[in-house]
Amino acid sequence: MLGLLASVLDGLLIGAVYGLASMGITLIWGVMDVVNLTHGAMIVAGMFGVYLLAGAAGVPAYATLPIVLVGGFLVGVALYWIAVHRVIGQPPLMSLLATFSVNLVLVGLGTAAWGTDLFNVPVSLPGFSLGRYTFPGTHLMAAALTGVIALALYLFLYRTRLGKAVRAVSGNREAAGLVGIPTSRVLALAFGLGVALASVAGMLIATMFPFTVLSGEAYQLKSFVVTVLGGLGNPTGALLAGLALGLLEGLTTPFIPVSWTLVIEFVLFVLVLISVPGGLPTLLRRRRSA
Amino acid sequence: MKSIRLIAAIGAIGAFAAVPAFAADTITIGMTVSRTGPLNTDSVSQLKGSELWRDEVNAAGGIKVGGKRYKVRFVEYDDQSQGGRVQQLYTRLILQDKSQFLFSPYSSGLVATAAVISEQYGKIMLIGGGAEGKTYELGNKYLFQCITPADQYLSGAIAELKEHNPHAKVAFVYSDDPFSKAVVAAARDQAKQAGFSVVLDESYPPATTDFTAVINKVISSGADTFLGGGHYPDGATLARQLHDQKAGLKWVSILVAPDSEKFKTLGDAANGITVPSQWEPQVKYKPVFGPTVEKFTEMYRKEFKDAPDYHAASGYVVGLLLQHAMQQAGSIDPEKVAAELNKIDTTTFFGRNKFATDAGHHGLQLAHQMVLAQWQTKNGQLVKEMVWPDAARTAAVVYPLP
Repeated sequence: MLGLLASVLDGLLIGAVYGLASMGITLIWGVMDVVNLTHGAMIVAGMFGVYLLAGAAGVPAYATLPIVLVGGFLVGVALYWIAVHRVIGQPPLMSLLATFSVNLVLVGLGTAAWGTDLFNVPVSLPGFSLGRYTFPGTHLMAAALTGVIALALYLFLYRTRLGKAVRAVSGNREAAGLVGIPTSRVLALAFGLGVALASVAGMLIATMFPFTVLSGEAYQLKSFVVTVLGGLGNPTGALLAGLALGLLEGLTTPFIPVSWTLVIEFVLFVLVLISVPGGLPTLLRRRRSA
Repeated sequence: MKSIRLIAAIGAIGAFAAVPAFAADTITIGMTVSRTGPLNTDSVSQLKGSELWRDEVNAAGGIKVGGKRYKVRFVEYDDQSQGGRVQQLYTRLILQDKSQFLFSPYSSGLVATAAVISEQYGKIMLIGGGAEGKTYELGNKYLFQCITPADQYLSGAIAELKEHNPHAKVAFVYSDDPFSKAVVAAARDQAKQAGFSVVLDESYPPATTDFTAVINKVISSGADTFLGGGHYPDGATLARQLHDQKAGLKWVSILVAPDSEKFKTLGDAANGITVPSQWEPQVKYKPVFGPTVEKFTEMYRKEFKDAPDYHAASGYVVGLLLQHAMQQAGSIDPEKVAAELNKIDTTTFFGRNKFATDAGHHGLQLAHQMVLAQWQTKNGQLVKEMVWPDAARTAAVVYPLP
């Protein structure tokens, strides 16, 4: 029983980080209808950010968070103007191909620079024990920081003029433009924010697990599941869905071989797409109205 | 003007004519290397060993065979750790690059794929990194496995552990790949024969990056011993997470990963971890030919500024055994060289090598022995010591885990 509880708690801790990573992908989708396939590469960029800053420059691992956040944002804005801006409003396949190509370039550059070696960021943080089970301090810290970032994002989107502009563009780009919102700049801002969230998620993952240049792919796949589960374009939904996915992993793994986890997650992905395309939020709304 | 053209034409013909003359004195050896992808750490190490052999041979003027000297040329491609690439590239190595001999890729899965091609074209392939035994049971004639087969990987760990804990409760957690499955299939029986109980038996996908759930299962099972892993990325991640989650184990043996010098970067998480190894710089073999253990280690350190791991040593020995067979045959004719390889029963710096010659197991390694190494802390530094067998021991085993 204690084992199940530990597994569920572990699932929720990692689920929070899945949620954070997915908030980036879903924000971009919601605002500009672009599926950002550079997401995995940006997660890896965050991983290397903390590795280089903490390893080579000696910055404490968690102190790299603001640097990775700002760096991710700037890279995101640059990527928007280089690769995404000109395909906005085009059929979805165009942006898919544009971001896919950029992803290949970035992964190729990363492979040329670092190979596909495994990198480790040693972080020593006291954990919390429950009987024989220990929750590493890095996992607790990652979940806590995810909460703080999610709250900050919420406050930004709902309490600031700029955030409201992002939501306005997300709701109706033409109408937002008509009332004087500089839509292109808002789109660049949203893309920057999405990439910043992915980088920070990568940074937090790197404090928990060793990684390679190719690690982003696995988290990108999980992010798609979470994004669909959370309702496309809904950052709060993404966080909740991340937690739900973590919970599902925590509840199932004690009883089935771990190789089945991905199978279950992707069956869920297909089921949600078929039955509730709006994801968890739609399901919750349906319940409320029923 | 005409005469200039004529001279140029004659020059061009001469240049073309010179190519075969050069090629005749050069032996081309083809191989793929996982420069990228999950197998790259060990695969690149294996290549470094082979390159060291090639450079030594060429610096000495080439291999002397039947009164003639042959320089060695490598043609190698990045297989990206993917079987599909291996199949295309070995075909290319044979048909387009005219490789006369082949060295294997790294890992059992890739070797099994490459073997289909090498056998189809009747090319000798020496295997420096492909321990699974099944590949040699398919009636192949030109494969030669230079390392100990997978079924003996964990026998040293089990023998040593029995001395300290005759009733060990073992958790087998291993990558779902041909090599790791072959290792565990044999170790499962060996553990039961030793009187251990197997309390968890779980495989995971090779690309797994988070082992939290698996380690919770290890803790729930009440295991005091962990045997498993796969290749570098998953093995190193497992070690780090077993340490972070304080899994309460007394003994941890992980395949392949801890043998690499890079494993040290895990810090405290590396301390006490044991690894079955094909070779370590401290072994004391007396070679019949080729460099001594000390000489090989020194050459490698000089060239690559790092200590050689067993993949580097196996990369070197495949070249050395091929060279020996060619010299014994007095020819580079593949059939004659294969016949000499079949006869080999010799000791190099890498240990003893002898290949099975019966049709049911042709090429399987029969004589090479493994050692068991453990990362220990000496004067605040992590060092790899040999703890099994007694003859090779450089330090007492640390039990239980620090």
